[in-house]
Amino acid sequence: MELFGYSIWSFVGMAAFLVVGPIVGCLLAGLDRKLSAGMQGRVGPRIRQPWWDFRKLWGKEDATVNGAQDLYVWLYLIFIVLAGMAFFAGANFLLCVFIQTLGALFLILAGYASRSPYAELGAQREIVQVMSYEPMVLLVAIGMFMATGTFEVNSVLTADVPMIRWLPLIFAGLLYVLTIKLRKSPFDISMAQHAHQEIVRGIVTEFSGKTLALVELSHWYETVMFLGWIGMFAMWGGGWVAAVVAVVVALAVWFLEIVIDNNFARVKWQAMLKSAWWVALILGGINIVYLIFV
Amino acid sequence: METIGVGTIAFLVLFPMLIAFIQLLVRDDRARTFITVIGALVIACAAVFLAYEFVPLGSQKFAINSSVAELLGYVMLAIDVLLCLYIIGKGIAHKKYIAIILAIVQLCLAVYVDLFVADGIAVSHALYVDDLSVIMALIIGIVGSGIAVYALGYMRVHEAHNEGKDRRNVFFAVMFAFLGAMFGIVLFNSLTWMLCAWEITTVCSFALIGYTRTKEAIDNSFLQIVLNLIGGIAFTCALFWIGNCYGVMELDKFLAYSLTFSENGYTLLVDLPLLLLALAGFTKAAQMPFHKWLLGAMVAPTPTSALLHSSTMVKAGVFLLIKLAPCLGFNLPGYIVMIVGGATFLFCALAAISQSNAKRVLAYSTISNLGLIAACAGVGTDGAVWAAIFLVIFHAVAKSLLFLCVGTAEHHIGSRNIEDMDDLFERMPRLARLMSIGIMGMFVAPFGMLVSKWAALEAFAQSENVILILLLVFGSAATFMFWAKWLGKILAIANSGEEDVELTVSTSEWVSLGLMTVLTVGCCVGFPLISQAVVVPYLSGVFNNVSAAISSSDLWIMAVIAIVIAVVFLGFTGATKKKVVPVYMAGIGTDFKDRKFLNSFGGELEATQRNWYMTEFFDEKKMSFVGIVVTLVLLVGSFGFAAQTVSAQENVLNDINAEHASYEQSIWAQGGADFPLYMQYYQYYQSYYEQNKSTLQQQMNVYSMDEFMNMLYMQMYSQQMSNSSSSSSSTGGSDSAGGASDTSDGATSTQGGGM
Repeated sequence: MELFGYSIWSFVGMAAFLVVGPIVGCLLAGLDRKLSAGMQGRVGPRIRQPWWDFRKLWGKEDATVNGAQDLYVWLYLIFIVLAGMAFFAGANFLLCVFIQTLGALFLILAGYASRSPYAELGAQREIVQVMSYEPMVLLVAIGMFMATGTFEVNSVLTADVPMIRWLPLIFAGLLYVLTIKLRKSPFDISMAQHAHQEIVRGIVTEFSGKTLALVELSHWYETVMFLGWIGMFAMWGGGWVAAVVAVVVALAVWFLEIVIDNNFARVKWQAMLKSAWWVALILGGINIVYLIFV
Repeated sequence: METIGVGTIAFLVLFPMLIAFIQLLVRDDRARTFITVIGALVIACAAVFLAYEFVPLGSQKFAINSSVAELLGYVMLAIDVLLCLYIIGKGIAHKKYIAIILAIVQLCLAVYVDLFVADGIAVSHALYVDDLSVIMALIIGIVGSGIAVYALGYMRVHEAHNEGKDRRNVFFAVMFAFLGAMFGIVLFNSLTWMLCAWEITTVCSFALIGYTRTKEAIDNSFLQIVLNLIGGIAFTCALFWIGNCYGVMELDKFLAYSLTFSENGYTLLVDLPLLLLALAGFTKAAQMPFHKWLLGAMVAPTPTSALLHSSTMVKAGVFLLIKLAPCLGFNLPGYIVMIVGGATFLFCALAAISQSNAKRVLAYSTISNLGLIAACAGVGTDGAVWAAIFLVIFHAVAKSLLFLCVGTAEHHIGSRNIEDMDDLFERMPRLARLMSIGIMGMFVAPFGMLVSKWAALEAFAQSENVILILLLVFGSAATFMFWAKWLGKILAIANSGEEDVELTVSTSEWVSLGLMTVLTVGCCVGFPLISQAVVVPYLSGVFNNVSAAISSSDLWIMAVIAIVIAVVFLGFTGATKKKVVPVYMAGIGTDFKDRKFLNSFGGELEATQRNWYMTEFFDEKKMSFVGIVVTLVLLVGSFGFAAQTVSAQENVLNDINAEHASYEQSIWAQGGADFPLYMQYYQYYQSYYEQNKSTLQQQMNVYSMDEFMNMLYMQMYSQQMSNSSSSSSSTGGSDSAGGASDTSDGATSTQGGGM
């Protein structure tokens, strides 16, 4: 079935991400806190805690340092959602990547707009985060193109073998930068906190109430989209079996991220930038050379 | 059509020259304003007229009456000589001996090539228009003229700060002459004429850079002239080679012959002229290792920088490279252009991170983007050239917008340092929005630069060139860094009620700024249309099986997002219904503009913050050094290789000359078929002929290869005649070559079946 020349499944994917995406993201965020607490020997909050946090933030008094900042946060949310919808519609992967980068830029601008010393520093660090992961993400796209002959995400649905067969090193590289993208330790540099408190927390320092709630919502969307990228590597034209495998792989990677988050101390930005670029250069470069020769 | 074409081209080249001459004589400011505005409008309209007339027609070539052409040839030679003498004179006055030596070499070469090489070669079409030259003409005519209008207001303020003699008449004259010469570069098919226009742009930018006559300006203008004379000499040497070995002096024929020669294995013959022309392109487009002149050019008044960066000078360099693109690809010159371009893209993007001077950031970003365009031209596939052309378009509009913004900001906040642009959003609210659009236009989706980069990425992935891919992905990351931190800086809001200093910005500046903004957003919105209307048609004339590199549905998504962002940035006020609270300061805030606060001991502290320059990684000198070493080694190595093979080329030349002689005798030449086409068939059927010699003799009475070639032509020609009589009418001589090549597949299959 087709609508406006697109498969009906594209629209199902978009709608599913729009509606189910934040629910899944919220549950994952709750599970994250539960699992992290377990690893740290605590009981931790209930799984639905992020949802309660979100509602509490939404109900807070409306206060802001300026109107521009709120606008940029809205744009951040909108473009992250658009990027995710493009991805789950099976559209061009680069389209997804570039719209996602646009979203990331608006979060950075929101940080700068406040002109708070803490938020500004966070924004500057977030730029370094983007700069660190960008080469690897582009190499993922290029690897995908060289392996499948197209940037279209839905091409993996008809592939004979999962993409990871051709892109093992690029997959490993993506895992490395995923920690940067999710701003998890050891690469949670832009979200680093003022000593012992969460109020002064990097780029989000000056966000409060609804604005902060929107940032949380965007994070949920982001998490689901990034896990979608991971799942894409394990997907092939194998029907439900393939879908289950992809979801399992994505969840396993997500669990790995939590383990890493809980076992590493934050590093300096120099270490992040250097290591991420070396990873991209070596893993990405070797994998692409491999693709040229097979 | 012929008269309209020749007339329009002549007007586009000569009218700016006329305006330049008038400008030289006018010293009154109001008269100057009048002449500049009228001149700019007429030039822009003429460029639009050219597009209106020739986009529907596609590629057209025009012949010029041979006696007129001869006369013009001597005029151009005289201009060449005068330009060299001017440089020599200036060099003597300022004791710049390298420039003098290079100018003398250039003078001798140009005279020799014009009088002894080009003289005996007939130029059948001295002028041409195709979709690429239309695009370039629109950029020159609209963006270039817009900058000239902007310069009115800017130079008035500039002159007010200047104690010396008011030399604005010279400034405006050179600007218009520059535009005229640029039209020449993109519309002349005759290579000697193109060389003349090429040299005029070199000298015009020399004059513009040295305009302020400070020691720094003069030193930098000589740096420019020295590097560009190297390019000019390379260009002239290329003409020497082309004239001697190819026997032609036309750009289209040179490109067609080069393709045929390299397809037939005569790469030795093709590599050297392509490398020489690429070198000329590199110098003009400020590619590493020649990039320093464009940085030096930053001392000039801002309209000069805007002109050099967006619509003239550097665009001439990449225009030439894009023209060469079909002959590049996976051959020696192709690799050189790819890697020099790619390395320039990466190292200049990295160096830009370490810069706080806005104009230097813009300069590095220009060089970096030109590198990307060069790399695309080097890859030489249809997708890559598609990306290259769009990069040229979007870079022209977004970069001129940015230069004009920086120039205006500099006059009103008294600094071109990005660190001083803190809170520009409050101090110059309208300008900051335009600057934001310009900056976003340079590096993020949905704006054209990024979408073109997307196409480049796809083309590089297709070409499977791992080095180029790596250069591109790291360069892109660096690009994000230096733009995002600048954008963030100007969008910060301190709520401190600062004075609005943009009320004194002149009308001419606002008009040009508005024009560039409309163009920046408009080109993004019209992206799919531009692709369909001009870029894809151009590519179809040059490559087989062309399609747009990015699907039009994706382009439309980008167009919609571009509109949204433009509306948001131009429309929103920053007002909010929420309660406005001060930012957190780790103490009691006392002054939010300077971020002062009382600490826990009661003392006042100031929180200061600079952007990140990461000099420990991306030091300018280090990046520059590495880039220069890499590109210089490549260039020297490739020329060494090409020069080494020159000695081996004599046999090749003899072969080609023999073939050319038999071509002249054959009915191919009489029927109007091109020599390259003849050569293609000759090469293709030679072995067939050798194998079937006896059969051919017995059954067809064919006793030599030449007779066989004639027979082939007869077959194709008769087939074409029957085709054209059965379908639409044929349009005469010049078409028969194209017709013959169209039916070549048919002819081949008939041959195979018949024997």
